[in-house]
Amino acid sequence: MKLTLKIWRQKNTSDKGGFVTYVADHVSKDMSFLEMLDVLNDQLTERGEDPVHFDHDCREGICGMCSLYINGKPHGPLQTTTCQLHMRSFSDGETITIEPWRAKAFPVLKDLVVNRSAFDRIIQAGGYVSINTGGVPDANEIPISKTIADLAMDAAQCIGCGACVAACKNASAMLFTSAKISQLALLPQGQVERKSRAENMVAQMDEEGFGACTNTGACEAECPKGISITNIARMNREYFSAVVSSDNM
Amino acid sequence: MILDSKIPAGPLAEKWTKHKFSSKLVNPANKRKYDVIVVGTGLAGASAAASLAELGYNVKAFCFQDSPRRAHSIAAQGGINAAKNYQNDGDSIYRLFYDTIKGGDYRAREGNVYRLAEVSVKIIDQCVAQGVPFAREYGGLLANRSFGGAQVSRTFYARGQTGQQLLLGAYSALSRQVANGKVKLFPRTEMMDVVVIDGHAKGIVTRNLITGAIETHAAHAVLLCTGGYGNVFFLSTNAMGSNVTAAWRAHKRGAFFANPCFTQIHPTCIPVSGDHQSKLTLMSESLRNDGRVWVPATQEIAEKLRKGQIKANDIKEEDRDYFLERKYPSFGNLVPRDVASRNAKYVCDEGRGVNETGEAVYLDFRDAINRDTRKIIEQKYGNLFEMYKQITGEDPYDMPMMIYPAVHYTMGGLWVDYNLMTTVPGLYALGEANFSEHGANRLGASALMQGLADGYFVVPYTVGDYLAQLAPKQVDDTHPEFAKVKEEVQSRINTLLNINGTKPVDYFHKRLGKIMWNECGMARTTEGLKGAKAEIQALKKEFWSNVKLMGTNEELNQTLEKANRVADFLELGELMVDDALNRNESCGGHFREEYQTPDGEALRDDENYAYVAAWKYLGEGQEEELVKEELVFENVKLTQRSYK
Ligand SMILES: Cc1cc2nc3c(=O)[nH]c(=O)nc-3n(C[C@H](O)[C@H](O)[C@H](O)COP(=O)(O)OP(=O)(O)OC[C@H]3O[C@@H](n4cnc5c(N)ncnc54)[C@H](O)[C@@H]3O)c2cc1C
Ligand code: FES
Repeated sequence: MKLTLKIWRQKNTSDKGGFVTYVADHVSKDMSFLEMLDVLNDQLTERGEDPVHFDHDCREGICGMCSLYINGKPHGPLQTTTCQLHMRSFSDGETITIEPWRAKAFPVLKDLVVNRSAFDRIIQAGGYVSINTGGVPDANEIPISKTIADLAMDAAQCIGCGACVAACKNASAMLFTSAKISQLALLPQGQVERKSRAENMVAQMDEEGFGACTNTGACEAECPKGISITNIARMNREYFSAVVSSDNM
Repeated sequence: MILDSKIPAGPLAEKWTKHKFSSKLVNPANKRKYDVIVVGTGLAGASAAASLAELGYNVKAFCFQDSPRRAHSIAAQGGINAAKNYQNDGDSIYRLFYDTIKGGDYRAREGNVYRLAEVSVKIIDQCVAQGVPFAREYGGLLANRSFGGAQVSRTFYARGQTGQQLLLGAYSALSRQVANGKVKLFPRTEMMDVVVIDGHAKGIVTRNLITGAIETHAAHAVLLCTGGYGNVFFLSTNAMGSNVTAAWRAHKRGAFFANPCFTQIHPTCIPVSGDHQSKLTLMSESLRNDGRVWVPATQEIAEKLRKGQIKANDIKEEDRDYFLERKYPSFGNLVPRDVASRNAKYVCDEGRGVNETGEAVYLDFRDAINRDTRKIIEQKYGNLFEMYKQITGEDPYDMPMMIYPAVHYTMGGLWVDYNLMTTVPGLYALGEANFSEHGANRLGASALMQGLADGYFVVPYTVGDYLAQLAPKQVDDTHPEFAKVKEEVQSRINTLLNINGTKPVDYFHKRLGKIMWNECGMARTTEGLKGAKAEIQALKKEFWSNVKLMGTNEELNQTLEKANRVADFLELGELMVDDALNRNESCGGHFREEYQTPDGEALRDDENYAYVAAWKYLGEGQEEELVKEELVFENVKLTQRSYK
């Protein structure tokens, strides 16, 4: 296959950046999207040009590190992560546009690499159960219904890639934040801090500069892990019931 | 020199309790006067950093990814073992201990392994309390599954994402300590070296991966939780960034490296599809419960297959060789990982491999689908079949899957004593980075257990014992050794950037991987290993004269990151070969063709090789010195494994 790639190049956060066009020949349909870029990068290096920088690590769809905005969609045409996308999803002669996640809260560091530490700070605001190591009850002491455990697991599967933010026209982080709030609100272990957690995580989300949610559902549609927007509804319930009887005093 | 493992005396079941009691304690008010550096935020690092911070120590935590949550532990699928005996099926701490020692082919320490089994039960309690959504039964209690090498169901799991859920649990505990101000996080930061002063680890030198700034950090103790070195083979199931750099630099500063040649090769991975391949994907071991492994009976048929003249389904029953079932009638397709891998290699070496590259065997579900219906198979393995289809473009319901073994885990690592301290006082190694509890072969679902055991339940005691012996004096990086090491790091980077050769880093990494895979992989010979050593030395020379890097140090520079790591892999590769050459026996993942039973099974030599091979670095270009730690077995009897 032979492809034309329009790739966003930007030296660093303060650089203005812009698209550069490359031709990729020798693309085989069995390559993953990132392997296609690996080959391009080796060619660029041999030609003495700076390789295209992009984030990736596990290449198995689970670490949440890869983050390319391909032809106007986070992670490209399929509902998977970029690393799980293969070139057989494209056709010979196609032009592919590759950009970084675009959001105020995710500044570009270089080329296609963005800074997502805002997500870490949202978790630091309350995405945990405040227990120390040791001194906890036996794991089977509190039975949890399978239905609840499964629902909690559905929410807990979030890989924190940020596709939801990239997909949203408001760059809202509601899906990400709500997944963690839901997981812990569903489980008995999360009950004690339920209210303060919802309040603090939502406050942090706002402080980071993520936008509001206008219920377009784009986040759910693009989430590679299928995290449902029912989590956002649950978060809103948690949040409103928390603010009317706040634990944050 | 004698290596002291510091295993406490006394009965096996009392060692850890006695040891904890005799460990020194740091008084609660003094804990905030001690600083601890934790490199790595996988299961081992995140759990250690959180637990030490909860105790009151000041922790600095480092990782090279953009967030601690992305450590390679996130990718573990199958599960985590614990001797809870919730199933009432005869499990016990002793049985988990015994299975692990035996599974490791009797090359691990009894004392360490027993402690691991002992604390395993507390890990599950801890994770559940954090909100880890383990699988449950309808009655609301925790569910278990069984795994290779065990006759009981002791594996806890969270769908196919156990590692993810455990890591997110540890990450949440870590995040809480960040919020409390007890942990300072350094993501996108790579440790480049350790600073050793008067024989004690006193800090590290790092590179900020965004700005390129080389920085120094001082502490009272340094914990390396930096994972395994499987990527020395270039292709492995490890994450792309997994590396040996932190451990290797520590090695060169005095930490011994133990059993480097013990690597685990997993039998069920998706085969290599071409030269562009960057990593390999694991398909869960559970598939071998229903899939039948086979290749064509003759080379001629295999050749037709490879040329695309026939398809798998065209091959008649009598022309198929179900080689595992044929050779191991009682275990069949469920032989342990090392046996399954080796036999796949043999049939491919005979020219009977099935894909274009000739390096693949079939894993066929036809009979299982006919027996159980497609629906049942779909329920059991639906997501795996989907993943396979996504990657290969072939539908395993219609065509047999193709699989081939791949490097998956490294049992070797930094030598540590019972306290998880390396041979450099104040420097610890946890998780896959140490050589630890798995001997020559790791059982499934035991790496997650070990990482969390080390971080949550072992180092909070053993690091405390060390710190209690140091004065609670503030540390800083004004000692000239910090400047010296920093300068060395800087100059190595400059050298790399200035070589300005013609070949990209991956070119060298791929070639190293091929050498390692061919000569120090599933089967090893004296001759092959000797050749490999010479080839690696030549490749190393070529790397340092012909590698081509772009850009500068003062920016995000992914090729520089890679080059740094590959430079260390080149040195490690040579030591792995030395270690494999030294071990004149076959055990676990280490199979030397000269040492096998008449029917082709691994032949251990307990008389001469029941020891840990710890290697001491003596300087650039010098052969490393072998230091042996004899293994003492007081509780288990050493036997030959048989799966016939
Ligand atoms: C595909 C796959 C599936 C697996 N499934 C299972 C399973 O089901 N059950 C099981 O028990 N085990 C499984 N394993 C093995 C297990 O996942 C690992 O052994 C374990 O997670 C390692 O944890 P760790 O904390 O030691 O290291 P890692 O999770 O690898 O973490 C290493 C950390 O060190 C950091 N780091 C490394 N080098 C540097 C450096 N130079 N500077 C700064 N930071 C650095 C990284 O950023 C990272 O944070 C699996 C492994 C693979 C590859
Ligand atoms: S690289 Fe890990 S999810 Fe894509």
